Amino acid sequence: MKAFLKYREVWLLAAIIVLIGLISTRFPAFADPNNLRQVFNDTSILMILALGQMVVILTRSIDLSMASNLCFTGMVVAMLNAAHPAIPIPLLIVIALAIGLVLGAVNGLLVWRLNIPSIVVTLGTLTIYRGATFVLSGGAWVNADKMSPDFIGFQRAVLLGIPVLSWIAILVIALFFVLMTRTALGRSIYAIGVNPTASVYAGIDVGRTKFIVFCISGMVGGLAGYLWISRYVIASVEVANGYELNIIAACVIGGISIAGGIGSVGGAVLGALFLGIISNALPVINISPFWQMAISGAAIILAVVLNARGERQQGRIILRKAEAA
Amino acid sequence: MTDTPAPRHIPDRLDRPLSSAIFSWEALLVLVAGAIFVVNSLASPYFLDPYSLSDLTFNFTEKGLIAFAMALLIISGEIDLSVAATIALASTLMGMAVQAGADTPLLVLIGILVGLGCGAFNGLLVTRLGLPSIVVTIGTMSLFRGIAFIILGDQAYKGYPDSFAFFGQGYVWWVVSFELLLFLIAAVIYWFLLHRTSFGRRIFAIGNNPVAAQFSGVRVGRIKFVLFCLTGLMSGIASVLITSRLGSTRPSIAQGYELEVITMVVLGGISILGGAGSIVGVVLAALIMGLVTFGLGLLNVPGIVMSIFIGLLLIIVIALPIVWRRLHGGR
Repeated sequence: MKAFLKYREVWLLAAIIVLIGLISTRFPAFADPNNLRQVFNDTSILMILALGQMVVILTRSIDLSMASNLCFTGMVVAMLNAAHPAIPIPLLIVIALAIGLVLGAVNGLLVWRLNIPSIVVTLGTLTIYRGATFVLSGGAWVNADKMSPDFIGFQRAVLLGIPVLSWIAILVIALFFVLMTRTALGRSIYAIGVNPTASVYAGIDVGRTKFIVFCISGMVGGLAGYLWISRYVIASVEVANGYELNIIAACVIGGISIAGGIGSVGGAVLGALFLGIISNALPVINISPFWQMAISGAAIILAVVLNARGERQQGRIILRKAEAA
Repeated sequence: MTDTPAPRHIPDRLDRPLSSAIFSWEALLVLVAGAIFVVNSLASPYFLDPYSLSDLTFNFTEKGLIAFAMALLIISGEIDLSVAATIALASTLMGMAVQAGADTPLLVLIGILVGLGCGAFNGLLVTRLGLPSIVVTIGTMSLFRGIAFIILGDQAYKGYPDSFAFFGQGYVWWVVSFELLLFLIAAVIYWFLLHRTSFGRRIFAIGNNPVAAQFSGVRVGRIKFVLFCLTGLMSGIASVLITSRLGSTRPSIAQGYELEVITMVVLGGISILGGAGSIVGVVLAALIMGLVTFGLGLLNVPGIVMSIFIGLLLIIVIALPIVWRRLHGGR
């Protein structure tokens, strides 16, 4: 039991349950399973994105271009759909994954081959990808009436009582869980984050692994691009503007250390759910949605204060030993 | 022991041979700025006009002011993503003060103090609790702008006094605006602070090796705290300028500025890993970004397309020396 409590995911889950409990004292229907299923569905895209960001952060890198990637890929698939409604949706999803992969690979190559810090690379591609969306669309929007019914309906179809969007999220969570806990690549990603120098001596190609994580986050961004556009049924240059920081916020709340090496699939999912619950709950308990930003800001600061306690103690002890010597 | 090579090359030496000055980062930036200037003046007949050029400066003065303090912060190995949110919060509180009947000097004081307070809050969280600054300031970014949204919602504050307009719209002499003058004064102050004082040397020392700096008697925590306060202070000043220039406050004011400021700093040759960089580089980078934005604006290129150029410029300018070194066998 004691060992069980050491996991920060357990504490986060407890915090989420308390949060749901508090909300249902004001609005009892919130804790209804049907509503919770709705909240999960609403948070699906953020969860998927947070998982992609997680693998990047674990290697001590960061991908600021995910939201721009989402915007660009979403615009491409929306325009494709508007021009050629006959293209089946699964093929469109493959196209979205491929475009995302290319955009991610560009980030990855710059980080791997030229050794430019990832924050600089993705700061640049953040503006480039969003700008490219404008060039591609000429500033025009793709509205719901131009999208085919399949394009909009695919993720809304209900399978075994749950929308396809939720199933996609569950599938992505399962894939990431296998990747991080059952494959050599997953272990390499953790190893690089904990100690890049030791990883080199252990025979891990650090540069190539970083390239791969950017490809992963790119593909995730591309997938989220289709999901986002078909959910909110509008493709424009403004789509998901500034959302990259929400994705990172979900990771931070989920206990993924920005210094790399610490974090789990469960953490990223719960971090995203935490933000999703807050944004879903505010309207039903009659708090102005304008409060949402400040609340998630306070949640991020609180989460990082709590998460840092364990890590900081370690550093302190080392310093005290050094002082004594 | 003393013969062991330093783990990292420490730039910003005081006596540099001429040859290294020619191939320096600043020289590259001067070249880029010169090229953009020439292209602009060829592309548009309206470019080489003193009044056009004066308008140009408004594109970078406000962000540039923050970039100076941000440069020092990044050299010390920290970062502040909450600068734009600080502008929003300071502007909102100034707007509240106007509704309560505050006069111009009080407004300026409020703007600057709110900025300073936001910076001190970041600094306390980072230095007292030992938290990573990138995460703390992502949090305070939401928090500060969130408070502005709570106060204002979808409303706007207007009705700033006439005398308040001087800071963002006034001219000191001929085509030299108050904002430009402030930018130049700040450039000199920050250049002196970073390159001519022991405080500046300590910032470099912290950025290169915080542990070694600590054991050399540098008060790492205190200096970082001061740098966060400075960044907040400059954001407060920028908030006064922007609010005065726009004459109104919305909670979405200065949205996205944080990334533009950081782009400016990195383009200026400040190492994002800390420990290296110069103020001259930041001034040149500010000028380059102003030139690109303004030049393309004269050619009726939409703002979002300009951002592609800024993004490309950022990556290319960083990648160029690396590719160059690799092609020529490297050092």
